[in-house]
Parts: sequence; structure tokens; C-alpha cells
Amino acid sequence: MLVDFQPSMFLAIIPEISLVILGTVILVVDLILPKDRKGSLPWISAVGLFLILIISVMVARPGATGELAWGGMVRHDWLGFLFKMVFLFAAGITSLFASNYERLGKRGEFYILMLASTLGMMLMASAADLIMLYLAIETTSIPLYVLAGFMNRDDKSTEAGFKYLLFGAMTSAIMLYGFSLLYGFSGTTNLYLLAEGFRSGSLPLVSLVGSLLLLLVGFGFKISVVPLHFWAPDVYEGAPTPVAGFLSTASKAAGFAVLVRVLLAAFPDIQLEWGSVMAAISVATMTLGNLLALAQRNIKRMLAYSSIAHAGYALIGVVALGELGVTSMVFYLIVYLVTNLAAFGVVAAYGQIIGSDEISDYAGMSRRNPGLALAMLVAFLSLAGMPPFGGFVVKFAVFAAAVRADLVWLAVVAVINSIVGLYYYLTVLKVVYLHRSEGDEVPAPITGAYRLGLAVLMLGIVLMGTVFAPWFNWATTAAVALF
Amino acid sequence: MEFPILSVIVFTPAIAGILLLLIPGERKTEIRVAALAAATFALLLSIWAYFSYDISAGGYQFVERYEWLPALGISYYVGMDGMNGPLVLLTGIVMFTGVLISWKIDDRPREFFAFMFILATGVFGVFVALDLFMLFFFYEIAVFPMYLLIAIWGWKVTREYAAMKLTLYLFVGSVIALVGALAMFFSAGLGTFDMLAMEQAGFSRNFQLFWFPFVFFGFAILGGIFPFHNWSPDGHVAAPTAVSMFHAGVLMKLGAFAALRVGIMLLPEGARFHMPWIILLTLVNVVYGAYIAMVQTDFKYVIGFSSVSHMGLVAMGFATLTPQGLLGAGVQMFSHGVMTALFFAVVGMIYDQAHTREINQLGGVRKVMPMVMVAFIIGGLVSMGMPGFSGFIAEFPIFMGLWASYPWIAIVAVISIVITAAYIIRIIGKVFFGGIPAELDGHLHDVTVLDKVALVFLAGILVLVGVYPSVMVPMVQSGVDNILRLLGGA
Repeated sequence: MLVDFQPSMFLAIIPEISLVILGTVILVVDLILPKDRKGSLPWISAVGLFLILIISVMVARPGATGELAWGGMVRHDWLGFLFKMVFLFAAGITSLFASNYERLGKRGEFYILMLASTLGMMLMASAADLIMLYLAIETTSIPLYVLAGFMNRDDKSTEAGFKYLLFGAMTSAIMLYGFSLLYGFSGTTNLYLLAEGFRSGSLPLVSLVGSLLLLLVGFGFKISVVPLHFWAPDVYEGAPTPVAGFLSTASKAAGFAVLVRVLLAAFPDIQLEWGSVMAAISVATMTLGNLLALAQRNIKRMLAYSSIAHAGYALIGVVALGELGVTSMVFYLIVYLVTNLAAFGVVAAYGQIIGSDEISDYAGMSRRNPGLALAMLVAFLSLAGMPPFGGFVVKFAVFAAAVRADLVWLAVVAVINSIVGLYYYLTVLKVVYLHRSEGDEVPAPITGAYRLGLAVLMLGIVLMGTVFAPWFNWATTAAVALF
Repeated sequence: MEFPILSVIVFTPAIAGILLLLIPGERKTEIRVAALAAATFALLLSIWAYFSYDISAGGYQFVERYEWLPALGISYYVGMDGMNGPLVLLTGIVMFTGVLISWKIDDRPREFFAFMFILATGVFGVFVALDLFMLFFFYEIAVFPMYLLIAIWGWKVTREYAAMKLTLYLFVGSVIALVGALAMFFSAGLGTFDMLAMEQAGFSRNFQLFWFPFVFFGFAILGGIFPFHNWSPDGHVAAPTAVSMFHAGVLMKLGAFAALRVGIMLLPEGARFHMPWIILLTLVNVVYGAYIAMVQTDFKYVIGFSSVSHMGLVAMGFATLTPQGLLGAGVQMFSHGVMTALFFAVVGMIYDQAHTREINQLGGVRKVMPMVMVAFIIGGLVSMGMPGFSGFIAEFPIFMGLWASYPWIAIVAVISIVITAAYIIRIIGKVFFGGIPAELDGHLHDVTVLDKVALVFLAGILVLVGVYPSVMVPMVQSGVDNILRLLGGA
């Protein structure tokens, strides 16, 4: 299964290599540029990421069947590739949203840290070895701890960074323990060899499930599912808004990529056991996320709970499994990523104008900036699962996967949850469109970077909601690559 | 290639809505004119489609089909038959008159028309959909703009409450039906959401009996069926005039129509099993709705509850599963749509000037708005089911069908006609006749030309269908024949 070195293996890590180059360029440019010219950093980052995306799609596409590369460290397949492209996209958009963010946008460290984290995510998505996986997860997390606490003069941001660090360090330690157990049981660290090791040996089920649960602690933290969700609202609230958007989308998607690969590659034999665990987590996550979101007055906390709930929906795809299940999960994550980035983008843009993240302060928004309000409407309705936006199609796909797998009860739970979700999204839109505030006749223009970023995202949301066949087919390609 | 008339009808409002959003918000006159132009275009197309439907050929015409998501068997698939043809026409009519009536809206008219047009696209899309996924897609598009339209431009006292109540009710219904639809898809095993194919899927009896109530009620909530009718009067009253017209006139038909198309036509055996008790619920709708309407003091609530009563007749016609009942229900959907649009338009015109809707505080409107009175009386006669008006053409077959299968229910249901006459005549007497109350004196004046055009148009249609039923009945009959074929199997 493992092949010796071949030059073509470089194809598997072209995106990663280019990302390192981009990071170095930014590092150097940051040193050279005078202080008043640093405004070009976000554009270098965004354009660079976009170029990497195009180059990768053109030259680094994997074959129909995935293959292990670099001594089994990474697997060059469509699942990993698709997620990599999604991370590049998210990082590019985040650069745009950060560009005018106070005390963030003009600092080179921000972009370098973000790119480092993106690099980690890309390796997470393709890692096929426990050691690589652990390194990738840490490469992702450590820059994110710093980013969450980036506003070092803001108590909330510092608290967010520290809380995230403590939670992350603890869960990753537990996960590492799980890795070591797996190695002890099977004698290999390669995910794809693990399953064979389990099959040949007569391992007691308890030890397998036990070590899997330890792993799930680490993964569950990344995708913020109940009961490992506590960090999310505090961190999102305190972290700079573009960072919170990045955390809730790219970082979460990376967690899902790892989760589904590990479950399907290393533990296919005990699917029944982890299936029921996942179903329980999914139900708890979406229910708790939605119920707590109802009570929030801070929009970033509300979005945090809503993103917890969405992790629950996406998990349905993992529970349902099969081609349709994994496809729906992958598609769900893509749509969710684009939509939630837009939601956080709007919050970042408007939050800076009004200097607050309270939902009640969004009163009068539709009069001050109708375009931005419309963007918020589109993003929130897509999150609520309304057509003609992407959210509807993926909700449909996830429900379909559940019904297909004879999990009608799970679909019903999700349906009830989506009603709760609609309620709180509409409550925010009501404030935006209906309520008035003092000075709501003063226009509140946003900068070009926000406009560009939001326009791209809006286009994405509508395209994925109307012309959904290509996206669905890509997700299917990625899903098939796993089996 | 044939001219894709149905697609053009479906997407005209949405495209117009998006274009409206590009016009600067302060150029209100241009916005209104553009909205009217788009609505007129959609109306003309729907009239053209309606009259070029070939009744002798029957079946689905103007069919268009494009692959949408082949992997799941989803296609964009539209067609028109005798059942949805009148409803497409109805939507065109209500959209056109709704724009005329909304000329006076001054708070963000651009967004108002844009949202209303997106809603219209959703409605058109559901009516012509022959693909189950597509039906849901457009169904939910039709639901959410309603929230904003009511919450932003509605009656200040109850709008937030009513808008949220309405949206949640409808969303609950649609997602429940969605799960049922998915169950149908996988149970059929055809790998397609094509409803014409699914009609032939031959679902097992147990499957039909289990899922029929979910699918039927999921949609019938929007048709205002008892005991889930509660959202509807609140929603009607809180909505601005044009939205009430749209809402009671078209949106409630959406629910009834989808309950027919998905519930009865795809699960006929389930329908036969469950209808005997569902018809009792519709009886409550018809009689209780009329009774509640009679005791209201608010003009708009009277109309709101009368809609519950009349939509009960539609559901009752379906529930008989007889040729006459289905025919009557089909015509009633159209007739009630136009009639209730007329009623809400009248209520809106009076309220705009009097700033009250309490029946006891109104009076003498006849003296300043004679035309409004005539229009309302025509609507009232339709509502009572007087011969010579469209209401008779619709209600008479329903009662005939009812009599054939459930004579006792027919006898009770007929009481509603008496009650309807009572509240309509009471309104005519108190609001239009008598003297103008002192506090309203001088505040009332005649309505604008645009309003008159809308009223004449709506009233004219009601009379036309009443005196010349052939304009509609044969077409609906051809649609009913198709349904009966599905029902007739066993």
C-alpha cells in the first residue's frame, strides 16, 4: 500500500507549499513596507490565496481513487482536496474582512498566523497518519489561540484567547492519549492500516470504543459539539469578528474532515457503535445550540450557538453515512462555510460602525445601509434553510440522507430544530428591518473590501441554492473517495 | 422550441423584484411604475396561458423539463392543467391589483414591491410545479417574504406577533410535509421527484395510511384548516392591504392546492381512508368560521374569518372525493381568491381614510365612495353564493357532492350560507349605509382612479364567471377528470 518516493508526490502538497511561500512573502513585505502602506497586506494575502486556489485546481487535482503519499503521511484524494480549496477560499475572504478591522487589518502577524493555521487545516484534511494528524491539528490550533486573543488590550479578547488555549490544550492531550492507545493496540500509526490491524487481532470491543471516544474528545472540540461546546460562545464573543468567522467556518470544517476520515478509514468495523454515539451527539448538539441561541442578546454569541446547532445538522450526514450521507455532510459544510462567513462579515462590518455587538443595536440597519441589510437577510435566511439559498438545498440533502438511512426520527428532530432556528434568525431580521433607532437616516457605508467579500459570498449562496447540481456532484466525488 | 410561457410567468416577478432593488430607493414613482409594468406583463402572460390551454386535449400542457440535480432525480418540471390554470390566472390578477392598491405605500416601496414579487414567484412556481422538490423549493420561497411584508408594513398593533405566528405555523407545516415527501421518494424507489411518475409508484396501503395525514395537514395548515387556522385571521388583519389580498387570495390556495397535489393525488388510498374524519374538521371550518366572523366587530377580522369559512368549503370539496366536490373546490379556489382580494381591498381603502375598522364607528361610506360600495356588494353576493355570481358556480357543486356522500354534513354546512348572509348584510348596512359619524365627517373622500380600476377589474371577473361559467368550468373539469383517474383505481 505504501509506495516509495515519487516526484509526483509533490502534487499532493502543492497547495501547502504555495501557502508557505505566500506566508514568507507576506512576512518579508511586512518588514519592508512603511507603516502607512500596510493596507496592501490584506490584498496580497487575498489575491495570493486566490491564485493558489486557481493553480491548485489546475494542476494538483487528485485522481478518481485516492492514493497515499509521503510514506503514508497524507492521502491525495478528492475529500482532502475539496476541503483544501474551501479553506483557501475562507482564508481569502477572511483577509478581506480583516483588512479594515481596527488594530488587526494592518498587522502582518495577523495574516501570517492565519495562513499558518490554514496550512494546518489543509494538512488535517488530507492527513492519513496519526502523527501527521496530531501535528496538523496543533499547527491549526496554536495560531488560532493567538488570533483569538489578538486584541491584547481588550480584556474580552485576551480572555477568549486564554480560554480557547486551555480548552484546546486539554482536549488535545486527551486525544493524544487516544492516539497512543491506538498505536499500542495495532502497532501502526497509519489510519488506513489501523483498520486491518484491528481486523486481524482479537481486540476487545471495549478498548476500541474507549480509544475512539478519547479521539472524539479532540475532534468534538474542533467542531464544537455538545458537551465540548462551552468554549465557543465565549471565544466567538471575545475574538475579533473576522477571526470568529474563520473559527466557526474553516476550523470547524477541518474538524469534520478529520472526523469523517478517521471514522470511516480506521473504524469501519464498529460503525454500529459509533453511529449511535454520533446520533446522540447530533441530537444534543442541535437541540442545545438552538435553544440557547434563542436567549442570546449578543449577535456573536447567537451566531456561536447557531454554529453549534449547525454542527449538529452536519453530523446527521455522518450518522446516516452511505454515499448520500457523506455527500450531504460535505455539501452542508461548504454551504455553511460560505453562509456563516457572510453572516460574520456583516457583523464585522456593521459592528465596527456602531461599535457594538448587541442585537438591539442593529435597529435601523436597513435604513442606514440597505445593501448590507440585504446581505444579512440572505445569509440568515440561508442559515435558516430557506430557498432559493444554499441552506435550503443542504438541509434537504441532510434530511434526505437521514430518511434514506431509516432514521426518520432523526430527521424529525432536525425538522423541529430548524423551526426553532427560523425563529431566532427572524428575530434578528425583525430588528434590522423593523425597529428604528436614533440617527437611522445617517448612511453607514462599508469599505470596498467588505463589499467585494460579501458580494462573492452572496453570489455563492444564491448559486449553491439554485444551480446546485455541480456542487452536489463535487461533494459526491469527495464522498466516494473515502470508500 | 416553443415559447417557455410558464417559466417566463414564474420568473418575471423575481427578476422584476431584483431589478427594482437596483433602482435608487428615493425614486419612488419610477419604482411604482416599474412594478406596475412587471405586474401587467405577468398578468397578460397568465391570461394568455389560461386561454390558450387546449381543454379538448386535456392533461399537462406547456410542459418544460430541465435536469436540475440528476443525482437525486430532481428536475425543473412545469406544466399546466385544468386544476392549476385558474390559479395561475388568479395569481396574475391579484398581483396586478395588489400593485394598484399599494400605490400609496411610502415607506420603502422598493423593498415592498421586491419582496411581494419574490413571493409571487414562489406562488407561481408552486402552482405549475410537477416535481416534488421544486414544489417545496417554491413553497418556502413563498413563505418567508410574507414575514417581512407583514412585520414591516403591517398594522402596527399586532404585526410582529402575527407575522411570527404565521411564519412559524406555515414553516412547521411545510417541514413536516417535507419529511413525508422524502419518505415517499425513498419508498417509491424510482429515484425521481417527478410527481407524475410518483403517482404511479403504487405505495403500499400502510404507507399511505401512515403518511397521508402528515402530508395533507402539513400543507392544509396554509389552507387554514381547523384546528390549525388560528394564524390566518391574525395574519390577514396585521398585513398591509395588498399583502392581505395576496395572502387570503392566493397563499391560502397554495396550501389547499399542495394538499391536493401531493396529499390526495400521490396518496389516494390514504385520502380515502382519512377523509371521513377530515370532512368533520372542514365542517367546523365552514360553520364555526362563519359564526366567528359574524360576531367580530372589526371589519377586517370579519373578512379574515370569512376566509377561514370559505377555504373550509374548498377543503370540504376535496374531502368528498367526488367529481362534483372536486370541481366545486377548484372553482371555489379561484372565486374565493378574487372575492377575498376584493374584500381586503375595500377594507384597506376605508381604513386608510377612516383610520378605524370598528364596524360600529363606520357609516355612510356609500355617500363618498359609491363605487367601493358596489364592489363590496358584488363581493358579498359572491360570498353568499348567489346565482349569477361565481360563488354559486363554486359552492353549488360542492354541496351536491357533499349531499351524495354525507347528506347530514351537507345540511349542517348549509347553515353557513345563512350566517354568511347575516354578516355580509350587517356590514353593508352599518358601514355603507346610514349617516357618516360626526368624527369621520370631512375625513372621507372618494378613492383614486387606480383603486377604481382594481375594484372594477376584480368585480368584473366575479360577475363574468357567474354569468358565463363556461369560461372556467370545462377547464377545471378536465383537471378533475385527471384526479378522478388516480382516485378511481381501487
